[in-house]
Parts: sequence; structure tokens; C-alpha cells
Amino acid sequence: MNVFFITTSLLKIIGMIFVVILPMVSYAVYAERRVSALIQDRLGPNRVGPAGLFQPIADAAKFLFKEDFTPAQVNKFYYWLAPCLAMVPAITTIAVVPFGSTLLGVPMVIADINVGILYVFAIASLGVYGIVLAGWASNSKYPFLGGVRSSSQMISYELSLGLAVIPVFLLVGNLRLTNVVRYQIENGWMIAPFIGDWANLGKWLLAIPMITSFFVFTIAVFAETNRLPFDLPEAEQELAGGYHTEYSSMKFALFFLGEYAAMITGSAIIVTLFLGGWHLPLPSWHGGFHWLVVDGTAPGWRGVVGGLFNIATFFAKVATLLFMFMWVRWTLPRFRYDQLMRLGWLFFFEIALVNIFIVAGILAYFQF
Amino acid sequence: MAITVARSKLNWRERLYLPAIAAGMVITIKHFKNTIFGRTKVTMQYPEEKWDSSLPEHYRGAPALVRDTDGRVRCVACQLCEFICPPRAIKIIPGEIPSTDRFAKVEKYPEEFDIDMVRCIFCGMCEEVCPEQAIFLRKDYAITGFTREEMVHDKDKLLEIGGVMHGVVLKWNEKK
Repeated sequence: MNVFFITTSLLKIIGMIFVVILPMVSYAVYAERRVSALIQDRLGPNRVGPAGLFQPIADAAKFLFKEDFTPAQVNKFYYWLAPCLAMVPAITTIAVVPFGSTLLGVPMVIADINVGILYVFAIASLGVYGIVLAGWASNSKYPFLGGVRSSSQMISYELSLGLAVIPVFLLVGNLRLTNVVRYQIENGWMIAPFIGDWANLGKWLLAIPMITSFFVFTIAVFAETNRLPFDLPEAEQELAGGYHTEYSSMKFALFFLGEYAAMITGSAIIVTLFLGGWHLPLPSWHGGFHWLVVDGTAPGWRGVVGGLFNIATFFAKVATLLFMFMWVRWTLPRFRYDQLMRLGWLFFFEIALVNIFIVAGILAYFQF
Repeated sequence: MAITVARSKLNWRERLYLPAIAAGMVITIKHFKNTIFGRTKVTMQYPEEKWDSSLPEHYRGAPALVRDTDGRVRCVACQLCEFICPPRAIKIIPGEIPSTDRFAKVEKYPEEFDIDMVRCIFCGMCEEVCPEQAIFLRKDYAITGFTREEMVHDKDKLLEIGGVMHGVVLKWNEKK
């Protein structure tokens, strides 16, 4: 614990939140509006600035100037607490996600703790408290229904979320997320474990449960972040906005941004666990078939470029996943409530559970 | 009478949902792609693009006074339009044409001619009733102003919108 460590950590935290996450959140909102418009044969916001790029700034200014109204019948303390609880877990979770290799010898992860994924689940589950508290403190029917729906949805999906990542850790043998990335660089990404070891039948067999696991985890993340087709807590048409019906101005904006922050965090975790983290395989120019690992360990300017390249790779992957989130949202209608519960308890839970045994069996048989 | 609608049995592919979801995703990404490459016709970007060129001949926009090819204001201040106007948007103050004028036999001309565009409903009754072919509904539709006074079109403004009308009957010329 020295000055260098504290300084670099502070720099990473500030850089991550104010340079990466918050702008990314606001531009994710803009992207969502543009993507939805393009899918629906419209153009979307294109007035403020070039191609509407200043729209998030205009939106933020609007939210700040709106009246911050607190209805008379609400439970004031929890009513104020809920928006914070919606935003904080989403931002806190990103701390353990390695978003790059190293830059000038500093590892590009804010907190490289050995309980990695457990920390993610512990904190991410707190996100539901924001919604439940908002629904309950609003003292109004629709928000209450939204809060109740959110908690039951959470119970049905946390299980498959947790079970779906176990195969990853069966392979890695370690919960530290930087180790998960290292393992994927050496043995191929989790969704394609056969890379670099093409002749190995076991690796090809392994790909089947790993891809299943990836799908189950991704769908569970959709449910976890309250995105369509699982946005039952908000359900504009049925619940008039659900848990945030009674909120206005910046408090509403916090819920809204919290949802997008959770989306970014969720995508970051999917990328880290299944899509190779910050690693982008480039074919080597020295001949032969092996993947060149570009990272920040090289000396001099090549290390800096490599480090920056890794960070860019990571966020490009996250952005791709975010686009997928939006694409799915504007394709699928919302599930009915009983369908959602059925899907969670009768399908994904079982699939994730069986998946673990399949992976364990393959690992025991092929011994790699 | 209640009808029992037969629910068709889904086969395993349909019950799996995934092919249907994939098909839906393909459809939306096609729309996305087509819109991005400009192959889909989207809404007109209004202030930059206007639909003036595609307005039909019979379009009823702002009413306007016209001059004929002799440069005479065709209105003779008969006030028929003022009387027929359903929302009473027109106000005319007639004046007398001096006997030395070339068109002295017309006798009257509008000294003031105001149309309150806040009240105007673009019905076209004024054009229909006019015995002199003096007032026409032109194609101006974007009539804006910051105050109510600005929204009142006076004679100069109406003549400016109207301009010169060709092909109207010149019944007050000397020969007739």
C-alpha cells in the first residue's frame, strides 16, 4: 500500500467513472434512440449538434433544470435513497472488471480481488433494492407492482446467472477475473475453446456447453438489467413506468442512467467471462499458426500502444454487446409474467445445472 | 355467439422460440441496414426540405390579394368576402377612386384590407365569393409571428403574397 498504488488507483477510478462510464451511459441512451429509430425506419434525434451528437448534453441540462418534485404521500427517506441504490451497484461492479492489460506497468483493473465474480454477484444483486425500495416508498399502486415484479424476477434469474458461470470457473480454477482473461488468451476464448488446439476433440465437445452457458448467462443478464424482453418492472403499457412512475427530474434520470450503467457493466462481464476480455487475437506475421498477443508488457512506446489497443478492444467488444442489447430490445415483445417465471425456473435453471455436469464430465474424461 | 377458436398445435421448432427470435432479429437488422444506407424512404426533414413543390394545384394556403397585368389592385372593396368570412377574419375599409384616375369607373378601392391570420380557417369562401377575381388562396402555409399584431396581414403584405395574376378577366379596361 504505497503512494504509487493509491495514486494510480484513484486515477483509474476517476478515469473509469468520468471519462468512460458516464459518457458511455449518456451516449448509450443516444445510441439507443438512434438504433431504435433506424430499426423502425425513422432517423431519430439528429438536431442538436452534428448528427444529434450533443443530444445527451441537452437531455442532461433538461433533467437538471426540471422541478425535483417529491409527492406528499411518499416515504421520504427511502424515496430519496432508491435512485442512489439504482445507480451505485452498477458503477461499483465495474471495479473488478479488467478493462485492459497494463499501461506503463499499471494493471488496467481497479481492484484485482481474488473473489472477483462473487463480488460482482454480491453487488449487482443490490441493484434490485433500488427498484424494490422505489416501488415501495412511492406509496402508489403501479410502482408497487413494479417493485414486486422486480424482486420475483430477480429470484428467478439470479440462480441461472450464478450457475451459468460455474463452467467458466471449472475451467479456470480461480475466481479472479484477470486470471479468467489470462486463461482465455492461453487456451482460446470461452465460447470457442478449440482455438489454437484445433485437432483436440475434447475442446470441440467443450464448445457446446460453453456456448449454452454463454447464452444462458446473456439472457440472465438481460433479465438482471431489466431490459426487454424482460422489462416487466417498468412495463410502460401496463404499469405506466412501473417503479419510477412517481419520480421526476434527476431522480428519474438516475434510474434511467442506472439501467444503462447496469447494461454496460453486464456487457463488460459477459466480455470478460466469455469473449476473451481485452484480448484480440491477431495472426502472427512471423509465420506459423499462433496468435500474437498484443499487450502492455512490451518496452517503450510499443507497450503504451499495446495497452491502449487492449483498452480499445475491450470497449469495442462492450459496445458491440450494447448494440446487441438494443437490437434485441427493438425486436422482441415483452414476455408475459407467467412465461417469464416458467422460463426462469423450468428452463434456464435446469439447462445451467445440467451444463455444469456436462462440462465437469468433459473435463474429467479429457483431462486438460 | 361464442366461437371456439381452434389453437393449432405447435411443432417442436415453434415451441423452441429460438428460430422465430432469430427470424425477427434478421428482419430488424435488415431495416436497420436499409435505413442506414438510405434505401428506406424516411420522413421529410421539414425545415430543410419542404413539400412546396409537391403541393397540389387546389391547395388552400394563405389568402392573398392580386394585381392584374395592368398593375391594378383587383379588389373593388365590395366587402362580400368580409361578410361571408365564417370566422370574421377580414376587415376592409373602402375608399373612393378620384375621377381623374384611369379606372375611375370602378369607384371604390380598399383603403385598408386586413386579414387576421390567427382567425383565418383557410376555407376559401372569400375566393369563392369574390366577383372580381381579386382574392385567391395561395400556397403559403407556414404563417408565423411572435405577436397577434404580427399575424394580421395588411394590404401590402397581402399584395406581396398575391403578386400578379395572369389570365383573369380584365372587365374594367377602357375598351369594354
